[in-house]
Amino acid sequence: MTRLAIPKTYKLYIGGKFPRSESGRVYEILAKKGDFLANAAKASRKDAREAVVAARAAVGGWAGATAYNRGQVLYRIAELLEGRRAQFVDEIVQTEGVSVAAASAQVDEAIDRWVWYAGWADKYVQVAGNANPVSGPFFNISVPEPTGIVAIVAPQAGGSLLGLVSVVAPALVAGNTVVVIANETMPLSAISLSEVLATSDVPGGVVNILTGSPAEIAPWLASHADVNALDLVGAGDLDWVDLQIAAAETLKRVLPPENGPDAATPSIDRIVAFTETKTVWHTKGLI
Amino acid sequence: MNFLDYAPAPESQAILNLRSDYGLFIDGEFVAGRGTPFQTIDPATEKRIAMIANANTADVDAAVAAARRAYTGAWSRLSGSDRGKYLFRIARLVQERARELAVAESLDNGKPIKESRDVDVPLVAAWFFYYAGWADKLDHAGLGPNPASLGVAAQVIPWNFPLLMLAWKIAPALAAGNTVVLKPAETTSLTALLFAEILQQADLPPGVVNIITGAGDTGQALVNHPDVNKVAFTGSTAVGRAIARSVAGTDKKLTLELGGKAANIVFDDAPIDQAIEGIVNGIFFNQGHVCCAGSRLLVQESIHDEVIDRLKDRISTLRLGDPLDKNTDIGAINSADQLRRITELTAMGEQEGAERWSADCAIPENGFWFAPTIFTNVSTSHRIARDEIFGPVLSVLTFRTPAEAIAKANNTPYGLSAGIWTDKGSRILAVADKLRAGVIWANTFNRFDPASPFGGYKESGYGREGGRPGLAAYLKPAPSLKPAASLKPAPRRPRAVRAPDATAAPAVSARKKAAK
Amino acid sequence: MTSSQLATRLAPRDRTLALLGGEATDANLRRYLHGIPGIDAVGLEQRAADLGSRSIKTTSKKWALDTIIRLIDLTTLEGADTRGKVRSLVGKALTPDAGDPDCPRVAAVCVYGDMVPHAVEALGSAHAAGTGDGIAVAAVATAFPSGRASLAVKLADTADAVAAGADEIDMVIDRGAFLSGHYGLVFDEIVAVKEACRRPDGSHAHLKVILETGELNTYDNVRRASWLAILAGGDFIKTSTGKVAPAATLPVTLSMLEVVRDWHRLTGEKIGVKPAGGIRTSKDAIKYLVTVAETVGEEWLQPHLFRFGASSLLNDVLLQRQKMTTGHYSGPDYVTID
Repeated sequence: MTRLAIPKTYKLYIGGKFPRSESGRVYEILAKKGDFLANAAKASRKDAREAVVAARAAVGGWAGATAYNRGQVLYRIAELLEGRRAQFVDEIVQTEGVSVAAASAQVDEAIDRWVWYAGWADKYVQVAGNANPVSGPFFNISVPEPTGIVAIVAPQAGGSLLGLVSVVAPALVAGNTVVVIANETMPLSAISLSEVLATSDVPGGVVNILTGSPAEIAPWLASHADVNALDLVGAGDLDWVDLQIAAAETLKRVLPPENGPDAATPSIDRIVAFTETKTVWHTKGLI
Repeated sequence: MNFLDYAPAPESQAILNLRSDYGLFIDGEFVAGRGTPFQTIDPATEKRIAMIANANTADVDAAVAAARRAYTGAWSRLSGSDRGKYLFRIARLVQERARELAVAESLDNGKPIKESRDVDVPLVAAWFFYYAGWADKLDHAGLGPNPASLGVAAQVIPWNFPLLMLAWKIAPALAAGNTVVLKPAETTSLTALLFAEILQQADLPPGVVNIITGAGDTGQALVNHPDVNKVAFTGSTAVGRAIARSVAGTDKKLTLELGGKAANIVFDDAPIDQAIEGIVNGIFFNQGHVCCAGSRLLVQESIHDEVIDRLKDRISTLRLGDPLDKNTDIGAINSADQLRRITELTAMGEQEGAERWSADCAIPENGFWFAPTIFTNVSTSHRIARDEIFGPVLSVLTFRTPAEAIAKANNTPYGLSAGIWTDKGSRILAVADKLRAGVIWANTFNRFDPASPFGGYKESGYGREGGRPGLAAYLKPAPSLKPAASLKPAPRRPRAVRAPDATAAPAVSARKKAAK
Repeated sequence: MTSSQLATRLAPRDRTLALLGGEATDANLRRYLHGIPGIDAVGLEQRAADLGSRSIKTTSKKWALDTIIRLIDLTTLEGADTRGKVRSLVGKALTPDAGDPDCPRVAAVCVYGDMVPHAVEALGSAHAAGTGDGIAVAAVATAFPSGRASLAVKLADTADAVAAGADEIDMVIDRGAFLSGHYGLVFDEIVAVKEACRRPDGSHAHLKVILETGELNTYDNVRRASWLAILAGGDFIKTSTGKVAPAATLPVTLSMLEVVRDWHRLTGEKIGVKPAGGIRTSKDAIKYLVTVAETVGEEWLQPHLFRFGASSLLNDVLLQRQKMTTGHYSGPDYVTID
């Protein structure tokens, strides 16, 4: 006799908590074969707004943490991902319809990628920053700093976990906080990742994960005046030019959509894209 | 006699050899524009200096086509060291003709000759000299080996530092291997056209740099030109926003240097005499026509009265008048339009209840002038505390603690620059960390250097000019580099024309309307 | 206590007591002097450079050149000084430009104490401090230039010069005491020397306090020493002996002028400033005039409030002056050496 399983209620992840959508809406998540898997919360514009509020509240602490500390916190996530490996593999097999081997490979790559980015936290400033030899009695230094809140449309094709990790991790490295719209049809990895984040040392609000329709939510994030940057990597099937136009209203930093298996390949460029170079001049006077 | 009524010390205009009419500089030659020419005037006298050609869309096409030909046919095939040699030549020619350029700049722009002579033009030369050396070292620009140039750069620059902004744009673009179409501001085309003569003297291959003159529509046609690969703009946030919109969906790389409302924070332990100088330099340098001007003075409440007293004394020694007089501190406002804007905003400051004080200086009869002005009793909600005035007008606010100073400094959609004045080193570093601004001056203000990146946070724009980041803004990673190539845009989808549905739509269009 | 009372009613010691809220001890002075805002060297030097870039032409230049002459303390401070040398110096002071009777006279001649009688004698009826065309005699004192002697010796040195007819005493502060934090000692010495400047009729020889800024080294020290010298009753603050490099510089002088400006703001009292040593050209001297005028006001460009301690400066000014008069460049054979 088989045991009757206990299905999970999949919710949003906002400010370190797991709310249902304020709209009360859900949508069906289907397995690759078409079977019903779960009802995911269908985030509304107000959920997006709450997520931005949470993300803003978290910026100071996360950006203000030491780089070493951020690196450790990010590495800790990789440890937890490793511990939940089986769960992620299982969900990927179900939602993406791939083999266990392929799912395992994706999870491994996602974890390794997370570790790669975690290691950048206390190094990218040294690579992207500069001491500037100005002609005068000044100490002059340029350092990259986090832009603030990055809104992300996660890749909607390819591996659901790997795609998400590939865009969230680099944004976090510098100290940005994130509002990410998950893969619409395959959000289970994202929701499970939120559970990992919730039990990790990442402060609430640093990562906020919305499930639902990117077409519905993205315009609100693109036009939100308190969002500083927009990663449209997974927005290729949306009216992304309109999103970019909306983002121009407050001069957001925008990364364009990317398609194909190479989308969001690991690169320091993805870290630096969501930073601002701050240059400070100090007078040097001996007497 | 009163010694302080220094006898006139005008810089001679004899060094200038201006033409009465200037054409467009396209493909290495001056050609007539197809639009209606306009005059450029001396803002200190309102007298005409010369007639300037007006580029219409056909001229823009011709300029971009010339730049494209020069890119594919010549410039992109040149070795980095040869590109560098051209830039070194240009730097030297600027130095050789420095006095002439300074006089022309002051004449056309209205800025004091001591500034064009000691700041603008030396920095122009320095900028070319700095980037000349980068041209054969692009592997070290931070984009991996063999980075590629972008192609044709469309560059639109403002009127406040005409030749300097030209240098900020052209030097890194050419060093990186791009060709250029540059449009100077309508009221200050003159030095760009003298610069075109320098390019001829340098024997720069035709079409590598094209300079087209005209008004806003010329600039618009240029940045929207489909054969442009890079857009670099310095100017107002409103125009920058429009440009960001218009390049949306294209693969044009964009750099924007926009407005600012910098906080200049003076703590009670500041080196007070230098702080006073820094405040004055921060807001009255170049008549306050400076995007990074320290237009909001945040002074610790405990020293407010003393600072204001000293400031008024010091401002009273500023000499307003003939821009070509070597002792002039405050020159002419660049245009009647700008003078109107400054006048309107200061009138609003008074209306809103701030207390106005203006230096008691004689205002010349002709030309555009505005006496150095400070407003006290300003609160954060006043328009003069929020809007960029772009004139010699300082708004004074107070704070009580470092945390309050930081909060007030950051309480703006802009984020270009900021100043910190304190003798306490650790506080400088901590406050600098927390200010959301791209350039921070500690115990100094308004310093510029080609090696030092410049650019803003938030609505002050994006991208950096100067230093290594300024070079990278005109490069992309080598196409063969897989990982770094990841940021290429997806194939462009046609823009949606249908009316968006009720749930998804309002964000875009509603905000646009609300902003009007 | 109002600020004007601070200035006029009280003797230095009482005035200092009022400002410090206690005796002029090392600790009280330290608290006061270290409470004065600091100086950022880069900003100060930048400001000085900006002031130095003023362009003084035509009528302004002519006025400036004459004014420089009027403000010069024509100086000889050599071990080899003799009666003859001093007489020659005085001759130059009286008739700077032999070819131009309209040329103004210098403010004073500045000599070692033992040379004072020779200077007084040579000046004769022209020796009249602070009046019209009169030329004053200034004497360096207090074991100039090092100041390394007992207080008794310094006071005797001073009293000697005053008795011999010196109108002005250029004393040196004890830089060692200052640098080791013994501000009270420096203060007391200045007060005592000022007392030694008193003549039998109750009037004082004017006291210039030499800070020797090259040895104080930092701008903050210069500023503190300036305050200290003024608090202690100095009529003038003077940069240097001329025996230590660097002597007068424009930024150092600017920082001292700022103290004088602030003291005037506080008390209404006007203190003089004397840069000395290293100012050799008209061009440099004009930069100082500009700096004075734009920092404390052009009222200071009078001999009782500003002096140049210089020797070779005078002839350069005369060459420039001749150029302005004749329209062609002059040469060293057309000015006299002293």
